[in-house]
Amino acid sequence: MGLGAYIAVSAALFALGVVAILVRRNILYVLMGIEMILNAANINFVAFNRFNGGGLDGRMFAIFVIILAAAEAAVALAIVLNVFHLFNSVKPAEADLLRE
Amino acid sequence: MEATDRIFYGLVGLASLAAIGACTLLGGGSGAAFGLFAVLVLAGSLTCIWERSVVRSAFCLIGTFGGTAGLFLMLGSDFLAMSQILIYVGGILALILFGVMLTPPDLTERKLPRVLAGLVAVGAGVAFVAAKVAATVNWVEAATLAEPQHETEQIGVAFLAYDQYVIAFELAAVVLTVALVAAVYVARRRKIDLQEEGAEG
Repeated sequence: MGLGAYIAVSAALFALGVVAILVRRNILYVLMGIEMILNAANINFVAFNRFNGGGLDGRMFAIFVIILAAAEAAVALAIVLNVFHLFNSVKPAEADLLRE
Repeated sequence: MEATDRIFYGLVGLASLAAIGACTLLGGGSGAAFGLFAVLVLAGSLTCIWERSVVRSAFCLIGTFGGTAGLFLMLGSDFLAMSQILIYVGGILALILFGVMLTPPDLTERKLPRVLAGLVAVGAGVAFVAAKVAATVNWVEAATLAEPQHETEQIGVAFLAYDQYVIAFELAAVVLTVALVAAVYVARRRKIDLQEEGAEG
C-alpha cells in the first residue's frame, strides 16, 4: 500500500477524534479524542518518513509526540479529578466558576 | 442491546469485511495486513464514539492504539510499534480507565442525532479537504524504499549524539518529571477535604 492509503487512514482517524471531542458531553471523551488526534498525527509522521526515502527525523518526532501525550494524559486526568471534585460533574459545560 | 446498536454493529462489520477484502485485492498479503490494521484503527474509534458506557469506549480504544502500532510495523518501524503498545495501551489507557472509575457513569449523555450530525459534518469537511489535496498536491515518493535496519540502535544513538537530539531528549525528561510531579500535586486531596469528611462521618 502506498503513501495515500496511510494518509487516508490518518485523516479518517483525525476526523473521528474531532467528532469524539465535539459530540460527547463528557471530559473523558475529550481526552480520548485528543489521543486519537495525536495518533493520527503520528501515523502521518511515520508514513511520510518512510516514503520519503528513510532517515530518522519523522520517527524521532513521533517518539516525542508519544512522550508528550503521556505527560498530557497524566496532567489532564489530575485536572479531571479536581473538576469532578469541585463541580460533582464531568461535563465541560458545567465548569463555569468564573462566570458567577 | 437496542435495534440501533444492532444496525450499527452490523454495518461496521460489513464495512470492515469489505475494506479488508478491497485491500487484499489491491495489495495481496501486505494489503490484507494493512486493511486489518486500518479497520482496527477506524472501527475502534468509531465504536468508541458510539458506545453509551465510558468503560466500553475506553476499551474500544485498545483497537485504535493497537491498530496504530500495527501500521507502524507495516511502515518498518518496530521500535515505535512496541513503544506505542507499551505507552498507549499499557499507560494512557490504564490512566483513562482510572479516570472512568473515579467518575460516575451517565448513560443518558449520548444523543444519537448529535453523533450522526457530527459524523456527517466532520466527514464532509475531511472529504472536501482530501479531494482538494488529492487534486492539487503531487507527492514524490522514493523510488525504492530503504530497508529499515537496526532501528532501535539508530534511535538510541540519535537520542544521545551531541549534534542530534540530545537537547530534546533532556528537555523531554524534564517535561515528564515536571508533568508527573504536577499531576500528583493537582490530584492530591487537601487536608481541608479530609477534615471535612471526618467531620461529616
